[in-house]
Amino acid sequence: MKEELFISGRNIPNVDPHLHIWHWPIPLYLFLGGLAAGILFFAALFTVLGKEDKVPGAIKYAPLVAPIAIVVGLVALMFDLTHVLYFWRLYTTIRLESPMSWGAWVLMAMTPISFLWAFIHLREVFPKLDWKLKWIYELESFFKPYKKLMAWALLPLSIVLGIYTGILLSAFNARPLWNNAILGPLFLTSGLSTGAAINILTAKSSYERHLFGKIDLLLITVELFFIIHMIMGYYSGPAVQREAVQLLMGGEFTVFFFVFIISMGLIFPAILEIFELMGAKVWAAIPAILVLIGGACLRFLMVDAGQITRYLY
Amino acid sequence: MRYAMVIDTLKCVGCSDCVVACQTENDVPIGYCRDWVVEAVAGKYPLVEIELRSERCNHCSNAPCVRCCPTGASHIVEGGIVLVTANECIGCGACIESCPYDARYTHPEGYVDKCTFCYHRVKKGELPACVSVCPTKCMYFGDLDDESSEVSELLKKRKHKVLAPEAGTKPNVYYLI
Repeated sequence: MKEELFISGRNIPNVDPHLHIWHWPIPLYLFLGGLAAGILFFAALFTVLGKEDKVPGAIKYAPLVAPIAIVVGLVALMFDLTHVLYFWRLYTTIRLESPMSWGAWVLMAMTPISFLWAFIHLREVFPKLDWKLKWIYELESFFKPYKKLMAWALLPLSIVLGIYTGILLSAFNARPLWNNAILGPLFLTSGLSTGAAINILTAKSSYERHLFGKIDLLLITVELFFIIHMIMGYYSGPAVQREAVQLLMGGEFTVFFFVFIISMGLIFPAILEIFELMGAKVWAAIPAILVLIGGACLRFLMVDAGQITRYLY
Repeated sequence: MRYAMVIDTLKCVGCSDCVVACQTENDVPIGYCRDWVVEAVAGKYPLVEIELRSERCNHCSNAPCVRCCPTGASHIVEGGIVLVTANECIGCGACIESCPYDARYTHPEGYVDKCTFCYHRVKKGELPACVSVCPTKCMYFGDLDDESSEVSELLKKRKHKVLAPEAGTKPNVYYLI
């Protein structure tokens, strides 16, 4: 907050002018984490509901993306740690007050389950796949009966993973743009929406495609409401938040926000999905891909813009 | 025990001796600093006023950096001093993002570093390096829980402020104004 006419900073090249310490790996990871959470949530949900035959794409095909997304995200995350050899310190303690500690432990549980889930469905997706080794088949038939159990575990875990990607940022009250309670639910909804978009891409029937089209439409609507609430929250907040929101409402991120996130990432794909559900010939991949790009843009915008907002100087 | 620093902005001349003393005492790598001097000009010509203040980690009583640290590397020791254990720090940057005073930086060796209130000196009963060298004697260090300490007396007598109180961190560096 600049109450002074002129204020000198620190003029130390390695500390100031901007403490922009989170670079592209962080938003990429937040996007991929949310995406994996979305995919696994739907796979688990429809398994628990016993609708496996109706949505084979969401249960067998889409979850193949999840472990890849998690691993790429984790590699990106490791890349951004500056003291990476000590990363194991995350697992020598449980810090309930730290969202990052929550994330580390949830990923510890999610990553192996996502691999197992993909593994037990792999031969159904690729029928010609031959493991060659007997013990791999044994492993497969060992884990198959536990599918429902895995689904029950994935339901809460994927929600926590999805919401944590937002709470990670919103827990920092020093960065006023991040410090709002709606960011967690917003990132969760966006993650579920990108998961539904992958399910549209991997849908095996028009029933499945339309089902996830409807789900995605609902999620996009909720997301738009959350964004409106978030903006209203900034305007009714303290001075630092009113200043922070100027970045999105007239400042340097305005065009990016309204073009790539609001228009191309939410409203336009929603309109296309409505047309598709009404029976118009729309290539269903287009809204799905737009939702995915919009979801990634939202993470990049929030991480980049948030780091500029601050209390002093 | 609650260690606090009181800095008289009316006596500070902005010489940056505190910065150099800290860099020397704590082997701060070149191009980095744990404390710095801010020159704030406010008002409208001809009624302008200048405030000089030496800033550093505020060793907050409600420290957001300690709360968000995923490994417990950032912690609070005796007297409320906030420290970082280098070989527990993974360099995730969460504490840097959480600090409203931007008092932390990534050390070239990878871990996060910041002002320690010269804990190694304070333990021996000495003053922090910055306080001990100040040529105008505008910096004071002591225990706020002790009613008769120099810092408590100063805060009773003089008008003072803390930085960004609205951030809710309960900082322990006070500025006499």
